[in-house]
Amino acid sequence: MNFERIKEKLNILADAAKYDVSCSSSGSKRSNKNKGLGDSSGMGICHTYTEDGRCVSLLKILLTNHCIFDCAYCVTRKSNDIKRAAFKVQEVVDLTINFYRRNYIEGLFLSSGIFKDADYTMERLIAVAKKLREEENFNGYIHLKSIPGASDELMREAGLYADRLSVNIEIPSVKGLKLLAPDKNRADFIKPMEKVKNEIIQYKNEKKLIKSTPIYAPAGQSTQMIVGASGETDAEIMYTSAQFYKNYNLKRVYYSGYIPISYDERLPSIGTEVPVLRENRLYQTDWLLRFYGFDVRELLNKEHPNLDTDVDPKLSWALRNLQHFPIDVNTADKRMLARIPGLGMKSVHKIINARRFRKLNWEHLKAIGIALNRAKYFMVCNSRNFETKDRTAAQIKGLILQESKSKFSKTYSNQLNLFTSNLPLSV
Amino acid sequence: MIFILKYDGSFEGFLTCVFEVYERKIDKVSICKSTIATDTFFEVCETVITEERKAERVWKGLKKKCSSAGTSNIYRAFLSEYDDIENTLLEYIRYAFKSLKSIDGDYGNKHVLRTSKVAKMVRREKHRMDAFVRFRLTKDGIYFATIEPDFNVLPLNLKHFKNRYADQRWIIYDLKRKYGLYYNLKTVETICIDLDRSINISEKNSNYFTLEEFDYQNLWKNYFKSTNIKSRKNMKLHVRHVPKRYWKYLSEKNPQ
Repeated sequence: MNFERIKEKLNILADAAKYDVSCSSSGSKRSNKNKGLGDSSGMGICHTYTEDGRCVSLLKILLTNHCIFDCAYCVTRKSNDIKRAAFKVQEVVDLTINFYRRNYIEGLFLSSGIFKDADYTMERLIAVAKKLREEENFNGYIHLKSIPGASDELMREAGLYADRLSVNIEIPSVKGLKLLAPDKNRADFIKPMEKVKNEIIQYKNEKKLIKSTPIYAPAGQSTQMIVGASGETDAEIMYTSAQFYKNYNLKRVYYSGYIPISYDERLPSIGTEVPVLRENRLYQTDWLLRFYGFDVRELLNKEHPNLDTDVDPKLSWALRNLQHFPIDVNTADKRMLARIPGLGMKSVHKIINARRFRKLNWEHLKAIGIALNRAKYFMVCNSRNFETKDRTAAQIKGLILQESKSKFSKTYSNQLNLFTSNLPLSV
Repeated sequence: MIFILKYDGSFEGFLTCVFEVYERKIDKVSICKSTIATDTFFEVCETVITEERKAERVWKGLKKKCSSAGTSNIYRAFLSEYDDIENTLLEYIRYAFKSLKSIDGDYGNKHVLRTSKVAKMVRREKHRMDAFVRFRLTKDGIYFATIEPDFNVLPLNLKHFKNRYADQRWIIYDLKRKYGLYYNLKTVETICIDLDRSINISEKNSNYFTLEEFDYQNLWKNYFKSTNIKSRKNMKLHVRHVPKRYWKYLSEKNPQ
């Protein structure tokens, strides 16, 4: 193995792949077979974190950054003058196996620029996964990109070797896509997603009858959207997201704050700050939809097309809907407990467990580790003192902001300053 | 008068003490490791000899009274090696035996709460070890790693590594507690070895490791750098996820 050459390629192709957010390695059911290498039946593991604080769980690389498309938001677009490189199939296999054996990674995340055409590219990706599974008896995690426009037969094959498949929508709205990636169309993204969804359903049905049915993409599929590149509102983004969760049974939708990489006038210019706060609020909303029983229409609608920056989306909802509060933590059902601002699902479970033994008061709640600074305005417990003194939403919000210090406070006060000084901006 | 039961520091030893507490109906009692117990004037000290049979009986009884999450919390909390953890666990066990229903979720009880909190800390440390172990390939073809975890988590890591690296020989050595696990392609054995100090990850020692090993470490470091997005730099978050005390075992955090 020529380590110098590999190093060069790795630098180029890891650098190009880093804008893909997904690094999850959980949710698969592939266990070690015949004393082979690897096991991905447990929980995901983050083996290290980069200096930007993101988890490194998989070897995330492109097979090549040669690409026939010219999407404005992408670093590997055809018109961009950058160094190009391509891995050989065997090189990716060797890297993966040797990193895995040293416990650096949970597996491989393989994406690619599109060279020649969709099917040709997809075939190369599958070749890597197939070799890992069949020749190396590798049972670690493999995440493959579904190449937009790839044929159904190839998508079927990909799912037999990969744990997760994903295709990135990138631009939340069709009009944005037309503007920034004129050679692509939405239908090409949807086609492989649809096929994978149907295969997973079929696998689940067949599995019930025939136990030996080969597993198909056990960790499901995911997608990613760029935030802040094409002017969508939070509502547009989350409605698209909710629709994908519903129609394609996605495991995850990732939101990636746009990182300026181009002088293209259609996009925020280089030097614009990455919208990390907005990204964070979108993830919070995403969690509320998937785990807290919220409907997207409750959080975002015509009156509220964008999420608040200074408070989290659940608190924001609660302040608009004070008629549901205060909630008695000793009697309320799980659904309502989950709606108290500041309570996470873990806290909800702890309360439900602990209240079977005695009625809980503030001391109990504190000892269990419930964060009360927001929650105390929205709940009562087995105690005479409580905070609900007919305050208005604005008063409660003021008190909460006064008492707490958000790690983003600098960001949103900056943004407010910018608003008032009438500067052109793209937030 | 307080009764002090000293034991050898093993989990079986601790369970044997619990057995003695019930067998002899000792009311005011404190259990501690013989390494830290000191004789005092007002207390009665006694060394308990570990007995497999007694330990087994207590453990079986607990399994009937607690959920599997409850018993594994007890074991995990024990591995924290905290000085006073035995007494918290004894109170937990007393409460469990006394109660008619399972008490594992009673976080309003301070002993249950502390046990579950400590168990959580141990569980996290175990998970960090699953993540932060870095194997280096020795010239004998053994994948070798050293660790220094805050708690004695190696017994908890065993299954994970055995399942995962079924086709390679490996050693994970706990430098703090001076023992390690060695997988010989069939079973995992506990080993004690005298280690050369220069086996540290930050040193390039070609006496022990293959040349290829350093090439792969190099590639890994390069990958680690390339996959970082500079415009999103957030060192506070980085250090929270990878606390500095673990850096010395991570090749990507060591200059060469």
